[in-house]
Amino acid sequence: MSEYPDMPRSFQLSRSLKLLSNGFLSIWCLIALFPLLWITLMSLKYPLDAFSANPLVVIFGPGTKAAGASVNFFDLLMVILWISVAFLGIKHWQVKKNLGPKNLLYLGISIGWLFAVFVFAELSTSVQRLFGVDFFFTTPLVGMTTEHFQSVWIEQEFYKQFFNSLLVTAGVVSISLTVGTLAGYGLARSGSGWAFWILMIALVFRALPHSVLVSGYLPWFINSAEWLSPFFGEVAPTLYGQPWAIIVVLASINQPFTIWMLRSFFQNIPRELDEAARIDGCSHGEAFVRVIIPVMWPGVLTAGLFSFLLAYNDYLVAALLLDAQNQTMVPAISGYFNRETTSTDQVEAVAAAVSITAPIFVLVMVFQKQLVSGLTQGAVKG
Amino acid sequence: MKNRTFIGFVGPSLFLMALFIAGPLFSVVWQSLHVTQPVYIQVETEVCTPGFLSQKCTKETQTQPKLDENGKIITETKFSGFESYRALLKPELIFKHISERNWLGLTNIDFYKALRFTLTFTLITLPIVLVLGLMIALCINQALQSLRGPIIFVSLLPFVITPVIGALSIRWLFVGDGILSILLEWLLKREIALFAQGWTIEILMMSYRVWHVAPFAFIVFYAGLQTVNRDSLESAIVDGATRWQRLQLVILPHLSPLILFVSIIHLMDSYRVFEEVIGFRSEAHVISLQWLTYDLLTPDDTGNRLISRASASSMLTMIGIIFLLFFPLSRSWREHKLRRSG
Repeated sequence: MSEYPDMPRSFQLSRSLKLLSNGFLSIWCLIALFPLLWITLMSLKYPLDAFSANPLVVIFGPGTKAAGASVNFFDLLMVILWISVAFLGIKHWQVKKNLGPKNLLYLGISIGWLFAVFVFAELSTSVQRLFGVDFFFTTPLVGMTTEHFQSVWIEQEFYKQFFNSLLVTAGVVSISLTVGTLAGYGLARSGSGWAFWILMIALVFRALPHSVLVSGYLPWFINSAEWLSPFFGEVAPTLYGQPWAIIVVLASINQPFTIWMLRSFFQNIPRELDEAARIDGCSHGEAFVRVIIPVMWPGVLTAGLFSFLLAYNDYLVAALLLDAQNQTMVPAISGYFNRETTSTDQVEAVAAAVSITAPIFVLVMVFQKQLVSGLTQGAVKG
Repeated sequence: MKNRTFIGFVGPSLFLMALFIAGPLFSVVWQSLHVTQPVYIQVETEVCTPGFLSQKCTKETQTQPKLDENGKIITETKFSGFESYRALLKPELIFKHISERNWLGLTNIDFYKALRFTLTFTLITLPIVLVLGLMIALCINQALQSLRGPIIFVSLLPFVITPVIGALSIRWLFVGDGILSILLEWLLKREIALFAQGWTIEILMMSYRVWHVAPFAFIVFYAGLQTVNRDSLESAIVDGATRWQRLQLVILPHLSPLILFVSIIHLMDSYRVFEEVIGFRSEAHVISLQWLTYDLLTPDDTGNRLISRASASSMLTMIGIIFLLFFPLSRSWREHKLRRSG
């Protein structure tokens, strides 16, 4: 009972119910984690192991080990230590909420560690070669290879798509936050009936399938050189295939969601704050700049996370409005699974998928609190 | 706040939404009623083949697209009325199938196939997501405080993962000799091929969607559970209410606005089902409304995009979402009014 000091009697369970509930939670966690964990494992093995019917083979990768790609105890130890340092850094940041010298120390250590892992991995093999003996540290333990990642990122130039994704997401996040913050603040502070109707229309807009909107743009985008020529003359651009055009499109599609979320955030900032500034002689704009901007960052961060997810995860808009050479990562993956002919191709497709997921994993790790607050904010406030 | 300052703040956002959300809607309406085609001309050509004594010459009339001086195909846009809608809805086929009582034939027409799947998908996943989300929320609410953070972290992963990648990761577990399909075969003691027929793919797609959205429902409900009035729960215990009665009479009514909220969001999002079709590569068996529009917009082998048909399909998709959201939205509207007046 002492575990739950503030737990009302009504929420306490009998032993059997508690067992049932904890069992259910563990099963859920397993289901939530398993697919991602499994494709990560698969991406690190040679096809023979990756598609084995025996799960233990997929985990330990004997075929991969036999082919000479493996990690030893020492490597594993280094990686585990590195993950814990990075984790400590993140935890420290989450508690302290600001970037102090200690964070930079953690950051430095974790980056330095990454180099050290590579250096030491080389070192341990050379020591082994030098003495011609197997230490316990240096015996191959688990079969594991980064070959597929190398092939995807270097040979097949996945980094190009990565930079396209980076460009599109950065553009979408900055535009939708700049425009959305202003609108969210205006909607939160305006008492007029217009604000209510704008929010209602935004809700309807949020329901529209993206394919509806894209079929509205597509002819205009393809023919834009024609209808823009009266304004731009000879240099009228073709909007189709331009990253900046898709940035504006995604930022606009994202507006309804962003203004709803930021409005409810600004409503939580006491009105007295900017009213005091107004009494001191500030205009609304000045009050916004001097009083609101300094305190709005937590809300903007949360809304930014969701804009990021929308832009990063988008398939449909990018697939239809961008051509192949400007393609972002997510639509580009369909290229991988369309030519899944050999089993190596298949593992490479898995490796590409894992590469796309990795940034999101880090994002959830660092910003878990903000994500949860963003999900509940709109809902609980109503 | 004065109107002018209000417009100053809201203006840029309104401009973007008007230009890129409202604007396309008008353009879709217009496009669905018009057809853009290349202008064809009849060209009379004399084709001569070498023959004995004299050449054999035949005159042929060919239809060719007309070219302008730069060698580009000239296109013209004509008003076509509801022709594109007809091409999608195929009314004559419906009557034929209905009079022959051939229901299967009806679901072989792309549009109805997509409509049927989209609606089943939306309506089946909704209750499962709500119940699963509520169960996880109730369970986590009694878990150890120190475990809640990690559980929420793990639960968030399916929600934030790129939908196409999520669908792919599930597909890789079940396709061919995937690890879980082997497990299933071992459990059922028979050979199974989950990607060979429509209904198994549909079950996988729905399971994927539940896996993907349940975390959202659970986090919203979990936040709602923190604000349940503890006094009324305590008094319910004093009155001798069982656990089930407390859930039914105290907790669920408290959560009801949140349940409505999650339902509306889920209806909107699952009606848009699209990434599953790409990730599971199910287009041969199962398609959705949004995928249908996407497919019409993708250039075919000759590089043509069926813009006007895609616009018609967009319009029909839009009409569908209005029907689907009418009931829950009007309910929340009524509640909103009650709260204002009350």
